[in-house]
Amino acid sequence: MSHDHSIDPKNMPKDPSKATTEGKYKFMGLWIFLGGETVLFACLFGTYLALKDSAAGGPTTQELYGMGLVFLMTILLLTSSLTSVYAIYHMKNNDFKKMQLWMGITALLGIGFLACEIYEFAHYIHEFGFTFRSSAFGSAFYTLVGFHGGHVVFGLSWIIALMVRNSKRGLNLYNAPKYNTFALYWHFIDVVWVFIFTVVYLMGMVS
Amino acid sequence: MSMTSAQKSGFGATLWDWLTTVDHKKIGILYLAGGGFFFLLGGLEAVIIRIQLISPENNFISAGLYNEMITMHGTTMIFLAAMPILLGLMNFIMPLQIGARDVAFPFLNSLGFWLFLFGGLLLNLSWFTGAPDAGWTNYAPLSIQSPGHGIDFYVMGLQLSGAGTLMGGINFIVTIVLMRAPGMTYMRMPLFTWTTFVASILILFAFPALTVGLFLMMFDRMFGSAFFDAALGGNAVIWQHLFWIFGHPEVYILILPVFGVFSEVFPTFAKKRLFGYTAMVFATFLIAFLGFMVWAHHMFTVGLGPVANSIFAVATMAIAVPTGIKIFNWLFTLWGGSIKINSAMLWSLAFIPSFTIGGMTGVMLASAVADYQYHDTYFVIGHFHYVIVGGTVFGILAGLHYWWPKMFGRYLNEVLGQISFWTFFIGFHLTFFIQHFLGLMGMPRRYWVFLENQGLDTGNLISSIGAFFMSFGVIVFLINIIYTTIKGKKAPGDAWGSGRTLEWTISSPPVHYNFKQLPLVRGLDPLWIEKMEGNEKMTPAEPVDEIHMPNGSILPFIMTIGFTIASYGFIYQTGNKYWLIAVFAGMAIALICMLIRSLKDDHGHHISKEELERVGD
Amino acid sequence: MKGWMGKTKLFFVFTLLAFFLAGCGMENLTALDPKGYGAEKSMDLIILSTLIMVGVFIVVMLIYVIVLIRFRRKKDQEDHVPKQVEGNHKLEVIWTVIPIILVLIIAVPTVLATFDLADDSKAEELINVNVKGNQYWWHFEYPGEEIQTSQDLYIPTGERVYLHMLSSDVIHSFWVPSISGKMDVNAENVNTMYIEAHEEGVYWGKCAELCGPSHSLMDFKVIAVSPEEYDQWVNDMQNVDPDAEPENAVAQEGQELFEAKNCMGCHATDSAATGIEAGKINAPVGPNLTNFGSRSNVAGVLEHDKEHLVDWLLDPESIKPGNKMTGQYDELSQEEAESIAEYLLQLQPSEITPESAGN
Repeated sequence: MSHDHSIDPKNMPKDPSKATTEGKYKFMGLWIFLGGETVLFACLFGTYLALKDSAAGGPTTQELYGMGLVFLMTILLLTSSLTSVYAIYHMKNNDFKKMQLWMGITALLGIGFLACEIYEFAHYIHEFGFTFRSSAFGSAFYTLVGFHGGHVVFGLSWIIALMVRNSKRGLNLYNAPKYNTFALYWHFIDVVWVFIFTVVYLMGMVS
Repeated sequence: MSMTSAQKSGFGATLWDWLTTVDHKKIGILYLAGGGFFFLLGGLEAVIIRIQLISPENNFISAGLYNEMITMHGTTMIFLAAMPILLGLMNFIMPLQIGARDVAFPFLNSLGFWLFLFGGLLLNLSWFTGAPDAGWTNYAPLSIQSPGHGIDFYVMGLQLSGAGTLMGGINFIVTIVLMRAPGMTYMRMPLFTWTTFVASILILFAFPALTVGLFLMMFDRMFGSAFFDAALGGNAVIWQHLFWIFGHPEVYILILPVFGVFSEVFPTFAKKRLFGYTAMVFATFLIAFLGFMVWAHHMFTVGLGPVANSIFAVATMAIAVPTGIKIFNWLFTLWGGSIKINSAMLWSLAFIPSFTIGGMTGVMLASAVADYQYHDTYFVIGHFHYVIVGGTVFGILAGLHYWWPKMFGRYLNEVLGQISFWTFFIGFHLTFFIQHFLGLMGMPRRYWVFLENQGLDTGNLISSIGAFFMSFGVIVFLINIIYTTIKGKKAPGDAWGSGRTLEWTISSPPVHYNFKQLPLVRGLDPLWIEKMEGNEKMTPAEPVDEIHMPNGSILPFIMTIGFTIASYGFIYQTGNKYWLIAVFAGMAIALICMLIRSLKDDHGHHISKEELERVGD
Repeated sequence: MKGWMGKTKLFFVFTLLAFFLAGCGMENLTALDPKGYGAEKSMDLIILSTLIMVGVFIVVMLIYVIVLIRFRRKKDQEDHVPKQVEGNHKLEVIWTVIPIILVLIIAVPTVLATFDLADDSKAEELINVNVKGNQYWWHFEYPGEEIQTSQDLYIPTGERVYLHMLSSDVIHSFWVPSISGKMDVNAENVNTMYIEAHEEGVYWGKCAELCGPSHSLMDFKVIAVSPEEYDQWVNDMQNVDPDAEPENAVAQEGQELFEAKNCMGCHATDSAATGIEAGKINAPVGPNLTNFGSRSNVAGVLEHDKEHLVDWLLDPESIKPGNKMTGQYDELSQEEAESIAEYLLQLQPSEITPESAGN
């Protein structure tokens, strides 16, 4: 049994992210971690649902939410999930340049999403005076959506750091799992957003 | 002169070694030491509580201090004593039981420990400025309105140590799924490994609820949000839900691992395989599963309505079934065996009646209408001490006596062990049995004083006397540890002569790579199988070859310091915004450590074949 | 000889009985001697579940003792290897099925009782009381009767009284062990429960949810009197003249001080409470003192006499740490406190007092 992983890019196996035991541990570890994250967001969703109608005289869900911007944000994030799939596809074929390119596009889309979210929050605060402190609904809204936004920020810092660190040396068995785990994390963020889009915005506009 | 300087550098090197270690065995010992320290603190708090309640309308400590005492006793015992000690046992023993050389994420393992330790220290630092005083359950809005910074310390301290525990849970799950030795199928895993696995799953799904609860509490107290503020539409019952969605699985996190301990101790000292292994595994899963659907039985009197109360009552009663299965399987493991009684076995045997009483009162509490009387009285105090002390603490002590020779290479002294057992055991029943009656006689929990002439005097006196017996037992156990470290009898690899699982196949204490060659597992109780076939040792599953081991790192320690500084900043920035500097500085330290960890390649090191052959077996 | 034996036996039975009763705790406080509907329901379930559980415990202990006697390792058996038994399906089924049956026996009456005690369909026709929990005292308003009082809750025996409970600060829990189990008093929603006392008596009530330093001193009473006495009490309370001059001179001086020292800012001496509805709960800043002279205790825990009342007026903090009265009024001299105490103790608008309840 060989323990000394070759990190020479010339003799890379197919799917370098799963070729080492460490790679497998990391991938599974992140899956497990996401199980915990699911509970975290479930609790935040529960809190939001319990408090969404407690506007305490401030703006309500129907007055606040608008479809346009949120739809754009959804498109941006869903697309970024797709581009990260392309990136991993190229990684499995050991095509480092294309992988970096698609990861770069993923990051740009993520930044676009984040910009929209910041604009959205600023809009609520300035136009409606709707803040974190104005009501229990405000606290719950900013906490739930803000936690998701925080995850996006963390994901972006992670992928940008990875891309910069490895831009010169290319793909190897040591860094391939890192890209792979990032992609998994990014899909999770996307799934959470789908729930936020449905539970917070769609349900908020209807009821 | 040269001698002293050599010793000094020796001390420095040792300290550095412990600060940077990623060895699961050393981290296990650190957990035991840290948890043990907090156990003594929590015990001292308990004694102070019992002195205050030794007579009616006593004035040993003030009302405010009393509330701090009960809060810190509960918080310390659950989060900083019981759980870390269990994590210590899991850390040390579980990888040995599955034939692994370390855990899946050694770096994370170290980080988890330091976060727990500094979280605990941070919480206890609150003693200097005013400790939290809203009970270990920290119900809003009392906790929101509590003046001073006590609750802030609670929030930040538990957030830190909770993050550490979550990391431990994830680590153990991946380790058990991916790192078992050749032939170690799931249904050949020792029960302690199984319960570690299930407890880790519970940690994974339960702790995030606490994380969220603590964040909401932090936002309300420090940043003016309104989650629990009725005036702005908030709802304090949300805290109760989040706390108990975490809190109920938490009690199974505390009890399942010791179920595993007993499932190791009984077969070893009865020389008989565990009765109904498969049923035991399924019962463990069933308890864990049900454990997530019963949280509202802590909230029968909150006013959730008869439908919710009925559902949660019946679900809670259902837990009695798998627990009963376990008790009977242990009894039938002993049935027909050849039972040798020593300290480890005494603690295990004492567990059966004690825990059965705790289980009985558990079913009684599940009956919602009966609980309208029990709830928040000393009946509940009696109940959960019967399960946590009679279950978890007895189990921890059984496990410590059982694995001490494996961990430290020496047997704990038997005479001292039995003295501490009997005093603790008698004291335990004196203290807590009477409390069931006190509760029904009208004594609510968390009462600073009880009034004269209400028929509560004798019961409280008996209870307090019991607490002194328990303290004596703990002190004798401490003396035992010191005595053993100095003069204890040395132990061979198979310390009890009737070991059945893989940890007994290697030396006591084990070498840092655990197994020179990974063993080939041919069934449940692999060592026992080999013994019965007359083999002296395990068949190796691989030739002697280089072993890849992870490198130590100081980063987890520094990262934790960063988080602790940031937590301190968060606590005090409410009064003075300059403390925000501490928040940013601390966070920067932690993030830089993360960045270094992420960007600096660390391929670990190898132990050469020559070195392995030089060491021999 | 036989007589002596008989006497011993009798003595023995009585000691046992006395011991048992003492072991049950104080009458009208303990939950083990139920005197109300809810407490009886709870007690039935406590007894049922205890009996079943003790049965289980005996079975476990029987096996346990047999195991410990029969299967200890003997000196000559050091090398004996017992038969390695894998398990037994029949046994597993037995100790799965029997507990399920036992649990069902407890579950069915539990569910029935839970719905029974939550039944508020008849609330409107019966007596309703708004209960407000405060750090560290209780306030009671009777919407139908348009009166209010604090600390001592008067109810008629043999009738359901519906309590609508809300907290003005943190969570409290309303518990009168001898009459009924407890219910939390939350700040954001009104919880409703009913109590029904079977016999007359002064029942101890306790706060059962940690609510601050004086949590253990937040006692109150439920005073159950006969329906006739209750009607008289209501009538008396409805016809209080708050401006009535006390008869003795010291008390008159006390009344003046009561106004001068700003006690009136928080404490009313008039029981009238108009415009209140069941479940719509508002409470004054401090306890209502209309029938203070008839209270069973000063501040819920002290003996009800002038000496203790003066102690309380002079330094409430030393009696109930963290209470909201400390520092809210000008300092009193011993003499002034005595005058105010004299005034307060003669506030007895009704002849129906805790003594009417039999103790």
